[in-house]
Amino acid sequence: MNFSAQKESVSSSAQNEARSDGGSRFKKIDRVMKRHGFQQDALIEVLTSAQESYGLLDEELLAHVAQNLRLPLSWVYGVATFYHFFSLAPKGSHQCVVCVGTACYVEGADQIQKDLEERFQVSSGSTTADGRLTLSRARCLGSCGLAPVVVLDGELMGQQTSRSAIAAIEDAIKDEPEESHQEAEVTGSAEEEP
Amino acid sequence: MNREELESLALGERERASRFSCRFLCCAGTPCLSAGGAAVRKALEKAVEGKNGNSSVEVMGTGCVGPCSRGPLVTVVTPGEEEHTYEKVTPQAVPEIVEAHLEKGVEAASVPSTVSRDSSFFTKQQKIVLETSERIDPERLESYVAQGGYSALARALEDMTPEEVCEELVTSGLRGRGGAGYPTGIKWKQVRGAQGERKFVVANGDEGDPGAYMDRTLMESDPHRILEGMAIAAYAVGAEQGFVYVRGEYPLAAERLGKAIRAAERQGLLGDDILGSSFSFRIRIRMGAGAFVCGEETALMASIMGRRGQPVPRPPYPAQRGLWNAPTLINNVETFGSVPPVISRGGDWYSRWGTDKSKGTKIFALAGKVCQTGLIEVPMGITLREIVFDIGGGIPGGGAFKAAQTGGPSGGCIPASHLDTPMDYESLQELGSIIGSGGLIVMDESSCMVDVARFFMEFCMDESCGKCTPCRSGTVQMVRLLEKIKGGRASAHDLEKLEELCELLKATSLCGLGQTAPNPVLSTIRHFRHEYEAHIEDRHCPAGVCSMPH
Ligand SMILES: Cc1cc2nc3c(=O)[nH]c(=O)nc-3n(C[C@H](O)[C@H](O)[C@H](O)COP(=O)(O)O)c2cc1C
Ligand code: FES
Repeated sequence: MNFSAQKESVSSSAQNEARSDGGSRFKKIDRVMKRHGFQQDALIEVLTSAQESYGLLDEELLAHVAQNLRLPLSWVYGVATFYHFFSLAPKGSHQCVVCVGTACYVEGADQIQKDLEERFQVSSGSTTADGRLTLSRARCLGSCGLAPVVVLDGELMGQQTSRSAIAAIEDAIKDEPEESHQEAEVTGSAEEEP
Repeated sequence: MNREELESLALGERERASRFSCRFLCCAGTPCLSAGGAAVRKALEKAVEGKNGNSSVEVMGTGCVGPCSRGPLVTVVTPGEEEHTYEKVTPQAVPEIVEAHLEKGVEAASVPSTVSRDSSFFTKQQKIVLETSERIDPERLESYVAQGGYSALARALEDMTPEEVCEELVTSGLRGRGGAGYPTGIKWKQVRGAQGERKFVVANGDEGDPGAYMDRTLMESDPHRILEGMAIAAYAVGAEQGFVYVRGEYPLAAERLGKAIRAAERQGLLGDDILGSSFSFRIRIRMGAGAFVCGEETALMASIMGRRGQPVPRPPYPAQRGLWNAPTLINNVETFGSVPPVISRGGDWYSRWGTDKSKGTKIFALAGKVCQTGLIEVPMGITLREIVFDIGGGIPGGGAFKAAQTGGPSGGCIPASHLDTPMDYESLQELGSIIGSGGLIVMDESSCMVDVARFFMEFCMDESCGKCTPCRSGTVQMVRLLEKIKGGRASAHDLEKLEELCELLKATSLCGLGQTAPNPVLSTIRHFRHEYEAHIEDRHCPAGVCSMPH
């Protein structure tokens, strides 16, 4: 995938086989690294698919990636903490994102965010104590014509009010047994060529 | 593929389309899809099955039509008849629409209302970049080719030298659509003239302005147009490798661009020996991972190389030293989208639109308190009044226009007294705002301008990369001061301090983020000083947004 290190990657593909020994837990991510020829420039792609596959980036995973890409752990950690998309803590079994971009803000998204925080007793960016719900914010989801926008478990809901958003969340989390959030959704998109 | 084969591909596709007795075009942009467009399309496909033997009817997805809040939109095209665009279509309404158009005659479809193409929402627009958007299936290369796609690339490769391509861009007067408005032709010449064994072309699709979705729509609606623009640029500057950097929140855009790249490579429109010439060019996609500052060109390049997206001081500019230290051309995706028409119809033709110094058209994402929100393309120099009242239909609920915000966190607010300002780079700058990437948010009396300033400053605080002190600490201090004013706890001295900090950030920040972060504050102080004073002196929020002590 990456350009700069292409020459290098061809010659080192034999080593690559030897390097991906993370055991079954990191099989998916090993495949992604291999597809990128273990190039250091592919770090963000690798972390992105890890985030999508495992739902979080824990220390063991970061160390595994650092070792395989021959980067210092501090470098990998630095990148993982720089981008909003990466999360080092586990997420809840349901995820609600309130758009607080400009259009949604003008249509009252701040209030929706406050009301959700109060109703579910959780601050934006964190997960409820029972692990059922992670509440977060986004800055514009590119659907400004439908403002204010709330995304619940990947589904975009337009023209929301506090009441409609609360109702939708309550409905989603109601039959969820507690503590089922560990192995949150594992999507297969890691396999796709980006 | 060579030029003749390209032409016959276009011909074949046009013929294919003309064979249908009826075509249902479903807008497949994100706003329409999130309003239920996918279900409507499925229902349409099911409803036409069996009707007319099915073969003479087509259901297809298209790029964005424009009036996004009225989706899902379905346009029915029947040869020799007037077109109908239905709005807010539901799967339940589909059978009636299908029956009306295939059997009973048009009047029968009474359920969803139609969007009038004669309304000023459409007639006041001038679509050049979005011209074919609503006619193109973004997932089929043939569909783009049938509308003349890749003929500009063919023209450039066969009939023009790289220098002539650069010259054509200079003639067009096209300026960068990513915010700063740097002349595109000049930038291309600089990259062309730069020394380097290899060069890169990068399309900036990071779209950071938190109230704008022009670039997303363009990538989703017409991905091949961007690829074609990039390929022409690569030929002009002498690059063989390109990247499209797509904002992480835009998976559909990345998916469609990916499909488009693969299709173009299969047809020999990207890759080696493009269109039978000796010119080779490949494009890869890079996804952002959620960081506003990555829209800044030096941060974006760091991110492409897999690093923390932190900006570095310029010069050297990317044109001299960019990706992996090679000369790199970075343009916004809309800038690239404007390139094919410039090449196929000529720079002179393009420069007929716009004003003296701002040529051509600009896409705006019109949102906020305006009746008709959506995506519009207008000639540069159109007045704000025309955009808000003619195209946007005015303020809903009989409210009064208070301000329009352009340029997002780097821009400012334009008050009602300047509604007749022409929308061009210079005029907006004079008012303390910028054209920016194209977000245009309309506000009515229910918005408090101090709160608006706080909103953008908080955004910049969150998104500051932390590398330079003025931006990292200054944004925090400014948010605190604005909170203080909002809470009715501030003195006149605090306002002075706020203005002082604005100047400090402008003068000393490392990159554009910090340098422009004060703009929303400065422009609201300039045009709405009385609101700040009301908060400070009278402990009163005129809009009733901020809670004040009693
Ligand atoms: C903080 C910051 C954010 C930016 N975000 C974007 C963006 O989202 N999209 C974009 O095209 N340009 C953005 N820019 C401008 C780019 O740095 C660069 O000027 C632009 O991509 C050049 O393309 P153009 O000449 O076609 O406008 C941003 C600049 C700054 C300082
Ligand atoms: S501001 Fe919320 S979708 Fe754009």
